[in-house]
Amino acid sequence: MNKVIIIDDEPLARSIVIEYLQDYKNFEIVAECNDGFEGVKAIMQHKPDLVFLDIQMPKINGFEMLELLDTTPAVIFATAFDEYAIKAFEANAVDYLLKPFSYERFESAIKKWELKNMDKPAYKKNIDQLLENTEKQPEEKHRVVVRTNNEIQIIPVNDLYYIEAYDDYIKLFTKDNYYLKKKTMAYYEQMLDSSVFFRTHRSFIINLQQLTKIEPLEKNNYVALLKNGKKIPLSRSGYVKLKEKLGI
Amino acid sequence: MNEELEHLKLYLEIEKVRFGHRLNIDIDSVPESLACNLPPLLLQPIVENAIKFGLYDTIGEITIGLKTRVENSYLHIKITNPFDEKIQHSNHGTGFGLNSVQRRLFLLYSRNDLLITEKKENQFITQLKIPQSA
Repeated sequence: MNKVIIIDDEPLARSIVIEYLQDYKNFEIVAECNDGFEGVKAIMQHKPDLVFLDIQMPKINGFEMLELLDTTPAVIFATAFDEYAIKAFEANAVDYLLKPFSYERFESAIKKWELKNMDKPAYKKNIDQLLENTEKQPEEKHRVVVRTNNEIQIIPVNDLYYIEAYDDYIKLFTKDNYYLKKKTMAYYEQMLDSSVFFRTHRSFIINLQQLTKIEPLEKNNYVALLKNGKKIPLSRSGYVKLKEKLGI
Repeated sequence: MNEELEHLKLYLEIEKVRFGHRLNIDIDSVPESLACNLPPLLLQPIVENAIKFGLYDTIGEITIGLKTRVENSYLHIKITNPFDEKIQHSNHGTGFGLNSVQRRLFLLYSRNDLLITEKKENQFITQLKIPQSA
């Protein structure tokens, strides 16, 4: 039996998936979720074989929800929202259903899942890559979602002081706290507004709004001082570029 | 006013079909306000805003309030919706809704003080005053 989770903030949208799924005896709906928070919990608990996922939902959208998961399940997006997503997804996600969709369209999405399901590792690689490459929804440039134990927090990017590389993870520092996330420095360097965030060093990105001073540490070696008193190393080329950026 | 209210109710019925399980609407209009005049469809963008911020971006049950009263030959309309202060800035629209209302009021009455918005304890409150000719 294949476990299915449906995540959509509109009950009517969920009910159409449920109705269509009734014809499939090899699927069992293990959870229905109203939003991304419930979705994260349900996916971690049930480890579903397939997830139907809406994109526009309250607080965190479908993409952000996927970012919070350690392992990405097979996903069929079901949304009324086209633009960015369609382009990026036709190739990569199991499928992308544009609401309102017909039973025939739904059937072909399930067929695609059956095909991909035979080749799981390749699929997983695809969707991880997809999350990195997809053009960001506008709201995602203004906030970062993180998971700590069982809590999900939304951090406005303005509240970030700096980001530090940490093995396969990165640490997102706010004024007096930090959050771990499994992402790359390159990802954030690209995603964040480059007029505000600056990569000072191989392992550091700082928020220029929090920068107060550049201090010499020793000969040819400088550190950036942030408003919360933190000192962030500047690489030699980082120092040169930062001076250029600030026009000094 | 009565006719406008009927339009709004129809629109809200549609949203109720989508989100009826967590959308409550509290309309409280004094009878004498129903006979008042106001520019057609002026309230529509305001109520759509209330839905957008109050409903699309929140979790759990919410109430959208619409209150009308008549005072000193003004029709007063007050629309309230909950919103989340923390993430509110991340979901700004184009700013067209309130701007267009402000602009219409200015063109019709040459006044900029007829539309007031405020945020109070996670509630977004929009207040309108429409002059009633005697």
